[in-house]
Amino acid sequence: MSRQLVVSPSPHLRSANTTSNIMFDVILALFPALFVSVIYFGWRALLVTVVCAASCVVFEYLIRRIMKRDNTISDLSAVVTGMLLAFNLPPSVPLWVAVLGCFFAIVIVKQLFGGIGQNFANPAISARIMLFISFPVYMTTWLRPFAYQYSEGVDTVASATPLLAVNEADTLALFLGNVPGCIGEVSALALLIGGIYLAVRRVIHPLVPLVFLGTVFLFTWAAGDNPLNHLLAGGLMLGAVFMATDYATTPATLEGKLIFAVGCGLVTSLIRIFGSYPEGVSFSILLMNLLTPLIDRFTMTRPFGTKGGNVHG
Amino acid sequence: MPIIKSKRDLPGVRVRHSKNTSEGATILLETPEQVIIPMQQHMGVPCEPLVKKGDAVLVGQKIGESREYFSVPIHASCSGTVAEIAVYHSPTGSSCKAVVIDTDGQQSLDPSLHRPEIASQQDFIQAVRESGLVGLGGAGFPTFVKFAYKDIDRVHTLVVNGAECEPYITSDYRAFLEDTEHIVEGVRLIRKYLTIDQVYIGIEDNKPAAMEVMEKAFAPEDHVTVVRLKSLYPQGAEKSIAYAAGGVVVEKGKLPADCGVIVANVSTVAFIGKYSRDGIPLISRRVTVDGDCVKQPGNFRVPLGTPIRFLLEQCGVGEEDYAKALMGGPMMGTPLTSVDAPVIKNNNGITLLSEKAARLAEPTACIRCGRCIRVCPMSLMPARLEKAYDRRDMESLEKLCVDLCINCGCCTYTCPAKRHLAQKNQLAKQLVREQSRKKA
Repeated sequence: MSRQLVVSPSPHLRSANTTSNIMFDVILALFPALFVSVIYFGWRALLVTVVCAASCVVFEYLIRRIMKRDNTISDLSAVVTGMLLAFNLPPSVPLWVAVLGCFFAIVIVKQLFGGIGQNFANPAISARIMLFISFPVYMTTWLRPFAYQYSEGVDTVASATPLLAVNEADTLALFLGNVPGCIGEVSALALLIGGIYLAVRRVIHPLVPLVFLGTVFLFTWAAGDNPLNHLLAGGLMLGAVFMATDYATTPATLEGKLIFAVGCGLVTSLIRIFGSYPEGVSFSILLMNLLTPLIDRFTMTRPFGTKGGNVHG
Repeated sequence: MPIIKSKRDLPGVRVRHSKNTSEGATILLETPEQVIIPMQQHMGVPCEPLVKKGDAVLVGQKIGESREYFSVPIHASCSGTVAEIAVYHSPTGSSCKAVVIDTDGQQSLDPSLHRPEIASQQDFIQAVRESGLVGLGGAGFPTFVKFAYKDIDRVHTLVVNGAECEPYITSDYRAFLEDTEHIVEGVRLIRKYLTIDQVYIGIEDNKPAAMEVMEKAFAPEDHVTVVRLKSLYPQGAEKSIAYAAGGVVVEKGKLPADCGVIVANVSTVAFIGKYSRDGIPLISRRVTVDGDCVKQPGNFRVPLGTPIRFLLEQCGVGEEDYAKALMGGPMMGTPLTSVDAPVIKNNNGITLLSEKAARLAEPTACIRCGRCIRVCPMSLMPARLEKAYDRRDMESLEKLCVDLCINCGCCTYTCPAKRHLAQKNQLAKQLVREQSRKKA
């Protein structure tokens, strides 16, 4: 009897893509923004980020155990959620508030709906909104950059978000991130570097953030605001590059993704121009998350050789 | 004639080419002591053996034939004595009779073989049938059936498929270099007797030498254009190459011929050219032996029916070297349960994979990244199809056109969650077929 051969249906090759490689790329892409944040806001920014990433991993591990599901922490998606949530928090946020947000993101929004790929809303954004509504004071107390260098102590040097006076803000400071804001939102430059990395690595399609940003630019410009400052201020760059490109909560086809991006830009602009909140990125993405199944339904591919079928250009 | 670049390609994946055997000339394999010749080496009805145990057979002698239309005759690849009529279990799970021949090493040619006399379309198609020819690139579709299409006069384009997009395999590439004259003759015959206007030879851009040879080989009056295709698997799939090289969209549910195009593999075309000159039927073929664990890979001219074990011994491959043996390339190849299986007509390569390459990762949850959709040459939505199959949702399966799936495997290949997408599509296709049969 000769030795037994391995038999399995074709294909017999697999690409090097893995879920954890993709998540690792996203983590790498978040590092420039984290680095800038530590420079502007001190070690506290790093502490909040590490606490969020760690507690997301722990929550994911525990809830999967309780639900008697397989352990999925090695796919690194919990680390990404933790970092993104931290990036949406002010550096001065109390750690217990941050941990509560992580619980909400991982347990309620992600795992109760089936875990990776199954959640209908972006966990980090949902958690941010939950915290924003529940703890408005903690969530809107901003530190001035380099506040840690002042002798009075961190808590006393609070400031307003540049979005309250977006037209008067200093464009260069917004671009570099030398403004009060959330940990990972302030530096448009650092986020762009991350976005270019993700596009080069083909983790995201560059048109998605570009269309999101372009829509906001057009609408705020039409409304008579300073459109460039709108692009650079607040959570727009973070949202456009890292949240509106999330796989699970955005449409599957490029056509759908672009409709999604236009919708995000539209809602963000409306809230910023007419709404009572200064910021609208989180709400716009959450709203479009909810519309994703509908967009998916209307943007299915047309199989090759069928009526009106795709002829690829 | 100039080499043109394909304007548009269907989607696909970039795979490692691993064309390690491009440069070596084809080695003529020794005659094995025994050959096993299955009576089904083609799509369609199996043949009945025309010989019995103890009969002496000559090279090229017809030993299998069917009265049915959708079938092609089978010929002896070696001279010798019929040892038995055995039952052969193919790697795909079907069974048929097989003529086992103890060879005498003389390789005496059947003296009754002669050059076919071709004066009309009917003669041509009859000659192609008698030669035992099937598509040498893949599925083993009887070539004469393709040519005997009812509205053959409406077919205006011939696409010669030289994409050879599977990793490792180079047998078509060697055909371009070694059988150039036969290809030219084959193309001329097909053009003449099927009244074809325009011929496109599609070759992937990783084979510049093949493009050059073809460009020089044809005269302007042959109306042959060499099309440089992007090296993108599955560029050699029939619908992909009809589109990329021939510019023809093969509509759902239609044959390429319905849409005015015939696609023929280059080795198939070369064989037609050769057969028209010497009248020797299909009794041997070029086979690439390679893989991630083959020390001396190469191309071999192998008598049909040669046990793969014998072929591997000639390449110095030991049993312990590989864990998986495939008939064909690593993307679409059929896994063998035993290397005692013989080489058959449509077998363009043997790919051997090591233990490491054979061990595939377990699937994890779909992350909805959409990569499977982007790479699907047929623009299907594999992740959605998988879900529809899992809940046995026939309506969705049909709406999502699962029957269009060509099982190229791009979705499974690219999936970061390592899900068995293409495999599920095959199950889904089977389910849809069974259900529609029940309805009928």
